[in-house]
Amino acid sequence: MKRIALLLVLVLILSIPLTACQSENGNAAADSDVIKFGVFEPLTGANAAGGAMEIEGIELAQELYPEVLGKKIELVIVDNKSDKVEAANAATKLVDQDKVNAIIGSWGSSFSMAAGPIVMEAGVPAVGTSCTNPLVTLGNDYYFRVTFIDSFQGVVMANYAFTELGATKVAIVQEISNDYSVGLVKFFTDEFVRLTGDPDSVLYVANYNTGDQDFTAQLTNIKQLNPDAIFAPGNYSESAMLIKQAKELDIKAPFLGADTWETPEFIDIGGSAVDGAVFSTFFDSQVPLTPESEVFINAYREKYDKEPASVTALAYDAYILLIDAIERAGSADPEAIKEALAATEGFDGAAGVVTLDENGDAVKNAVIKTVQNGEFTYLTTISPQ
Amino acid sequence: MKKENKIRIGLIILVISILTILNFTLGNYQLRILNLAGIYVVLGLSLNLINGFAGLFSLGHAGFMAIGAYTSALLTMSAAQKQSNFFVKPIVPWLANVELPFLPAMLIGGIVAAILGALIAAPILRLRDDYLAIATLGFSEIIRVIFTNTMSLTNGALGLKGLTRYTNVQYSWGIAIITIIFMFSLRRSSYGKAFMAIREDEVAAESMGIALFKHKLLAFTIGSFFAGIGGALLAHLMGTIDPLMFRFLMTFNVLLIVVLGGIGSITGTVISAVVVTFSMEALRFLDGTINLGFMVIESVPGMRMVLFSILLMLVVLFYQNGLMGRDEITIESMRRFYRKNIKKGAKS
Amino acid sequence: MSLNTFMQHLSNGLALGSLYALIAIGYTMVYGILRLINFAHGDIFMVSTYIVFYSVTLFLMPWWVAFVVAILLTGAFGILVERLAYRSLRNSPKISVMISAIGASYLIQNLAIVIFGGRPKAFPIPEFFNKVVYINTISIPVANFFIPGITIAALVILLYIVNKTKTGMAMRAVSRDYEAARLMGINVDTIISITFFMGSVLAALGGIMWGIKYPNLIPLMGLMPGLKAFIAAVIGGIGNIKGAVVGGFLLGMSEIMLIAFLPSMTGYRDAFAFVILIVILLIKPSGLLGENLAEKV
Repeated sequence: MKRIALLLVLVLILSIPLTACQSENGNAAADSDVIKFGVFEPLTGANAAGGAMEIEGIELAQELYPEVLGKKIELVIVDNKSDKVEAANAATKLVDQDKVNAIIGSWGSSFSMAAGPIVMEAGVPAVGTSCTNPLVTLGNDYYFRVTFIDSFQGVVMANYAFTELGATKVAIVQEISNDYSVGLVKFFTDEFVRLTGDPDSVLYVANYNTGDQDFTAQLTNIKQLNPDAIFAPGNYSESAMLIKQAKELDIKAPFLGADTWETPEFIDIGGSAVDGAVFSTFFDSQVPLTPESEVFINAYREKYDKEPASVTALAYDAYILLIDAIERAGSADPEAIKEALAATEGFDGAAGVVTLDENGDAVKNAVIKTVQNGEFTYLTTISPQ
Repeated sequence: MKKENKIRIGLIILVISILTILNFTLGNYQLRILNLAGIYVVLGLSLNLINGFAGLFSLGHAGFMAIGAYTSALLTMSAAQKQSNFFVKPIVPWLANVELPFLPAMLIGGIVAAILGALIAAPILRLRDDYLAIATLGFSEIIRVIFTNTMSLTNGALGLKGLTRYTNVQYSWGIAIITIIFMFSLRRSSYGKAFMAIREDEVAAESMGIALFKHKLLAFTIGSFFAGIGGALLAHLMGTIDPLMFRFLMTFNVLLIVVLGGIGSITGTVISAVVVTFSMEALRFLDGTINLGFMVIESVPGMRMVLFSILLMLVVLFYQNGLMGRDEITIESMRRFYRKNIKKGAKS
Repeated sequence: MSLNTFMQHLSNGLALGSLYALIAIGYTMVYGILRLINFAHGDIFMVSTYIVFYSVTLFLMPWWVAFVVAILLTGAFGILVERLAYRSLRNSPKISVMISAIGASYLIQNLAIVIFGGRPKAFPIPEFFNKVVYINTISIPVANFFIPGITIAALVILLYIVNKTKTGMAMRAVSRDYEAARLMGINVDTIISITFFMGSVLAALGGIMWGIKYPNLIPLMGLMPGLKAFIAAVIGGIGNIKGAVVGGFLLGMSEIMLIAFLPSMTGYRDAFAFVILIVILLIKPSGLLGENLAEKV
């Protein structure tokens, strides 16, 4: 009997989605006075931190801009569990069940890539937040992103190392299981070798896996090679640990990184060790790039009482870019939004001025920043060639 | 033809026609979940063969799935797709221009997974229980780390994108049905009986003249084959794969299905694969703000996973045998159930 | 490789190895008594670091009070995990217990994400531990002196408890056969609770040391150290306390030396630990110091 009871419970659970689906289907069609933005982010699992930071930005944007074309905007937030299979399910649910007008997301290119074919088939535009893998938008007319891709950042940092630091020999530490890091390292290496004209100018490429905490062995190897600079793009918490351990090993070469580092936790975890780390990003909370940056930073400080992370600004931009596209299109029809998005030019976002190129990738200025006395400090701005 | 067989064939035809109808009536979302359920049936049954029939506690399923997924993906991708994917390091030349249709690619994926399964199993099968579990877990992690590092073969962490999404209801459930039939006939065969004898008592089985190593190896190899097939189906449902998909969590999901269904039960695994896949989606509402009418519970992201882990713990602690234990729902058992409960009820 | 570089690697390996050893002792203790792989050990370890974090930032305790509070609370948490997840399964097949262990670990992680949030937190390191000592060109963070010391101290105390006290004798009796132990008048439940308390206290010690060395707290941080500690315990012979220490040192040292001597293999580091595990299991399944138990018929 116990078994039959269990079976009954399971059948009940099973019947929820089927019944729920039907009612939702009915609602979505009728609710034309609401515009729905689907948001899929990793809220649980290994990337929960990234998802949480982006949700902050999106929710803040919704508070500031709750309406477009006189219609209310409703966010449909779904969890992709830091899991590719779940990400595809979540995206399918958004386009098929919730009938969203557009999608925002996600932290992690892997999840965006899983959603790619789904949004393309459904004809619903998606705006990526911090997914930087070139494969996300490649061959997909419906995927856009407000972040620039790895190639530009890699080139910017190689130039910085060569011209500003006068480095001729560098070592690289890459997070081998992170597509973001692997991509950046490739573009950095190509550019740096081109600049120096020396195929051996990259002395050593050390790898680590996401979640590793001990880098002393890799760093000791690097120490004996005595490079002029160390390029180490990767997740901010691992990078902070890496730099902290490098300082403990008395490595004097400066560390170079990329946009993920602009997160308060980078300084919390790294402490005084990360002073002097230089990275490229697209956003500065001290020197606002656009009027929108100021709006965003002030609202963020007021709501959360801390400094925003760069990905929070990107998520915010994804939302307001969609609003802008809907206004330009004069319609919330997904196809119209897509056309308007593709034509985005000189859009003032919180994280810089966005122009989308033919792939749907953002072309924008890069800001180079450093850490000084435990604060992110602006160094210079570099515009794309 | 025996009456039983007639009913069986009738049942299969019925299931196929139901699936065909669903294929045309369901929306994309439900279809995707249905496909996923079919794939989880294949994966669950293959793990059930290793864990339930032969009693070998393996935690390496994700690794074999990864092999099947990558092999089939690299075989079905067009040369142009490969070139655009491998932008960091070019693909190894011998793979660059291979392009096969889905079915042979999937079978090769399964076969490669089976061969690797056999190679891995041969040395570690003499380990017992938790040691075997950890060794297989280790192998699946090793496979994942290798796939992350061999950029010119797998594209590393960047993953593969743009696979044609061949997996549809015909494929996922067609193969699921074939797997179900295969598992039933395997269990009725002398091999299946030998597996279960080993599960119950190795020493006794050996003294009865059952070759332990041969049978364990066979169970493991067949299980890996179906894991590879499941991986291939999953890859071509998703259209994109990367090494992080095949973490321990993937094995855990499949294990969850087998445990909930009842370790050793075929029908139990099938039912639980479908129920788990659907309820993972059904419980999504927990992550959002819940309006109960009289009170509103603010949204707490992650509640769904917490509830799911609690459900699992409750089943493990209080329904240790899962849904079906080692029993099956068969035509015979339904008849018995009917005679015992319903007829009696009608009389009184 | 110069001698200095080698000595630096050696010092790094020693620190990492003793950290693995410290966590592995707790792992092996629980296994030794219950024959149960406590998958939740890594998560108990994670919980201890968060307790320190909140004690210091929220309740403004001085660091040494926070450490004591964390150690005690984590011990209590370990007892709770045993009560809820393992006690009712004591006579169940191994597979059920193992699945329950995996399930418990999964539940703790998911709860931690909901309660603590997914964003990393910085472990509050006492100023004193932040210093670095230089010997010649070899740099050694102060914590690296403490960790091996604490590991050895934990080993000695534990060996004393297990071998010389009455409770220890009861533990050994339970590990042999708990039905027989029960008949001899030993309260098996209490002994198992004590075992879990001690195992979790060791996890907390390991967690605190880990936090000082790697001050990056995330809900999933227990996963890898947990697995590595388990591997260390198996290398040394699971259930054997001395073996766990030997295994921990060996594993930490060989991970560092792999990178030192094969610099191009850095990406394979995590796989390497598993390779060692499998090799050991194949050559000497009972581990380096483990006893050879024949299968009972």
